[in-house]
Amino acid sequence: MTVNQATATRVEQSAVVEARQLGLTFQTNDGPVRALSNVDLTINKGEFVSFIGPSGCGKTTFLRVIADLEKPTEGTISINGMSSEQAREARAYGYVFQAAALLPWRTIERNVALPLEIIGLPRAEQQERIKRTMDLVNLSGFEKKYPWQLSGGMQQRASIARALAFDADLLLMDEPFGALDEIVRDHLNEQLLQLWRRTDKTICFVTHSIPEAVYLSTRIVVMSQRPGRVTDVIESTLPKERPLDIRESPEFLAIAARVRDGLRAGHSYED
Amino acid sequence: MMNSKPSWQVGLALLLCAIAMTTMPLLAAEAPAPMSSGTTSLIIGLIALSGVASFAMFSGVASAAVLFIGAHGAAWLLLSGIAGNEGMARMPYFLLLAAAWLLAWRCVAILSGLKPTSPQIRTFLRLLIPAIFGAWILIIWEAVTRGAGIPFILLPPPSAVAARIANSLPILAADVRQTIFKAVLFGYVVGCGAGFVVAILADRVGFLRRGLLPIGNMVSALPIIGVAPIMVMWFGFDWQSKAAVVIIMTFFPMLVNTVAGLAASGHMERDLMRTYASSYWQTLFKLRLPAAAPFIFNALKINSTLALIGAIVAEFFGTPVVGMGFRISTEIGRMNVDMVWAEIAVAALAGSVFYGVVALVERATTFWHPSVRGGRA
Repeated sequence: MTVNQATATRVEQSAVVEARQLGLTFQTNDGPVRALSNVDLTINKGEFVSFIGPSGCGKTTFLRVIADLEKPTEGTISINGMSSEQAREARAYGYVFQAAALLPWRTIERNVALPLEIIGLPRAEQQERIKRTMDLVNLSGFEKKYPWQLSGGMQQRASIARALAFDADLLLMDEPFGALDEIVRDHLNEQLLQLWRRTDKTICFVTHSIPEAVYLSTRIVVMSQRPGRVTDVIESTLPKERPLDIRESPEFLAIAARVRDGLRAGHSYED
Repeated sequence: MMNSKPSWQVGLALLLCAIAMTTMPLLAAEAPAPMSSGTTSLIIGLIALSGVASFAMFSGVASAAVLFIGAHGAAWLLLSGIAGNEGMARMPYFLLLAAAWLLAWRCVAILSGLKPTSPQIRTFLRLLIPAIFGAWILIIWEAVTRGAGIPFILLPPPSAVAARIANSLPILAADVRQTIFKAVLFGYVVGCGAGFVVAILADRVGFLRRGLLPIGNMVSALPIIGVAPIMVMWFGFDWQSKAAVVIIMTFFPMLVNTVAGLAASGHMERDLMRTYASSYWQTLFKLRLPAAAPFIFNALKINSTLALIGAIVAEFFGTPVVGMGFRISTEIGRMNVDMVWAEIAVAALAGSVFYGVVALVERATTFWHPSVRGGRA
C-alpha cells in the first residue's frame, strides 16, 4: 500500500507520535462501544496532520489517547519515545479544546499564565512568555480583560495563546474553530499556519471541514466510524506558503476531491 | 406627560376624602384631646390639593414630589392628632389614612417608573423606594394600633418599640454581645470552617464521601429544638452550648454545598488541568475551589440566618441572665411585649447586616459569575 511506503520513508525522521494497532473500547450501559480499532499512524516532527471524518469516527478519541486523557485498550502509543502518561507528566504537548475553556475569574493574562504557574516558572519568565504569545495571536491590549468581555473568536485565540505559552513541541487541537463563523475561522486558520511556519511545532488538528483540513495540513488522515479506523492518509502537495486564495487553485480542489472520496468511501449508509 | 395622567390611586383618594367629609368628625365625641377643625381641614386640603396638583404637573418628578409632601404631611398630622386619643378614632380617620396611603402608593409607582441616566440618582431611587414602602408599613401599624386602641400586649405601636429600644440600649447591647458576638460568630466560623474542611476531606477520601454524606443529610434534618437542651447539658449554660447548636446547624449546609461546588467545574477544564500534569492541590486551588465559590457563598448566606435562629432558640433552654433568646423568653412571661419586639427588631437588623456583609463579599469574590455580572454563562 502506498500509505505504508510513505510512512516507511519517514521512519528515519524523528517520530513524535507513533500508534501501533491502537484500539479503544468504551464500556457503556448499552454494552461495549468500539471507538478506535487498528489505528497505525506515525506523525513526524514539524508535520501538520489533520484528522477528518464524520461525527463519532473516533478522531477526538484518538487525540485524547495521545494526550493520555483516555487509555487505549489495545495496541501501543508512544510520544517522543515515551508512554502517553510519561509524556503528559513531562508536559510534552499543549491541548486546545473545542471550547476556549478559559477560567472566568482570571483575566486573559492570568489565564495564559495558568499552565506557567502550574509548572512553577519564575514570574519574569511568565511575563515574557505571556507577552510573546499574546502578540503571536494578536491579543495584545486585551491582557486585563476577562474572558466574558471578549468575543468567541478572541476567547479561542486566548486559549491558543495559553497552549502556546506552555511551549511544548506538540500541539493537539480538537476542532478549535468549530463554533466560529466562516470569516473568523479563515482569519484564525491563516494565523495558525503562520504560527506553525514560524515555530516548527508538530500539530495534530481535528476537524470536520474539508477546506480547513486541506488548507492547513501537510497530511490529512481520513477516518470512518463504527469502529473508528483510518481509511486513507493523503499527502498534501501544496507549498508551505499558503495564501487564502490557494483554496481556488486546481491543486487544492484535487486534494479536496480526494478527501471527499475518502470520506464517502468510509461512510456507511446502511442505517 | 404620561406620569401626570390621572391615576386610579389619586382618584380613589379624592373619593375617600369626600366620603370622610360627609362622616365627620375624625374622633369620637368623648376624645380627651379632640382635633381642631383647622387640623382636620388641613389634612383634607393636603390630600385633595396634592392629588389634584399631581395631575397638573408637567414632569413625573414634580408630581412625585407633590404627592410625597401631601401623603406624608397628612400622615404626620393624622398620627400627631391621635396622641392622647388612643382607641377613639372613627371611620373617617381611617378613610383619610387610606387616602394618604394611596397618594404614597402613586408616588412610589411614579418613582419606580422613572429611568434616570445618572448612577447616583439611580442608587438614590433604589434606596428611596423601599424606604417609602417600609415607612408606610410603620405609619399604618402606628395609626391602626393607636387609632383602634389595639391592646398593647397583642401588638404595641412601633413608636413604643422605638422608645423601648432607646431606653434599653445597655441591656440590648449586652444581649447582642452575648448572643451574636459570642455564640453566633464563634459557632458560625467553626461550623462553616469544619463543614468546608470535611467537604475537602470527603472529596479526597472515597469512604468518607460514600459513608458520611448520607448520614450528614440525616443529621441536618435533626430538630434544633431537640438538640438544644442536650447541648446545654453537655456544654453548660453559657454561650458555649449555644455555639455548639450553631455549629451543628451550620456544619451540614456548608458540607453539602461545598461537596456540590467541588463537582461544579467542567469536564473540559479538569481535562485541561490534567494535560498540564497539575497536582490534586493545584487543581483544587486554581480550578475547583474558585468554581465552587458560588456554592460556598450560598451556604455562608443560608448559615448567616440559621446561626442567628439557632443561638436565639438555644437560649430558651437555659442561659445566664443575658442574651437575646433569654430576654425574649423572660420578657414575654412578664408581659413586656415591647421589649420582645425590641429584641426582634435588633435581631432582624443584626441578621440583615450579617447577611448583607456576606452578600457584599460574595459580589466582590464571584464577580465573574453570570448571576452577579448579569450576563450569559
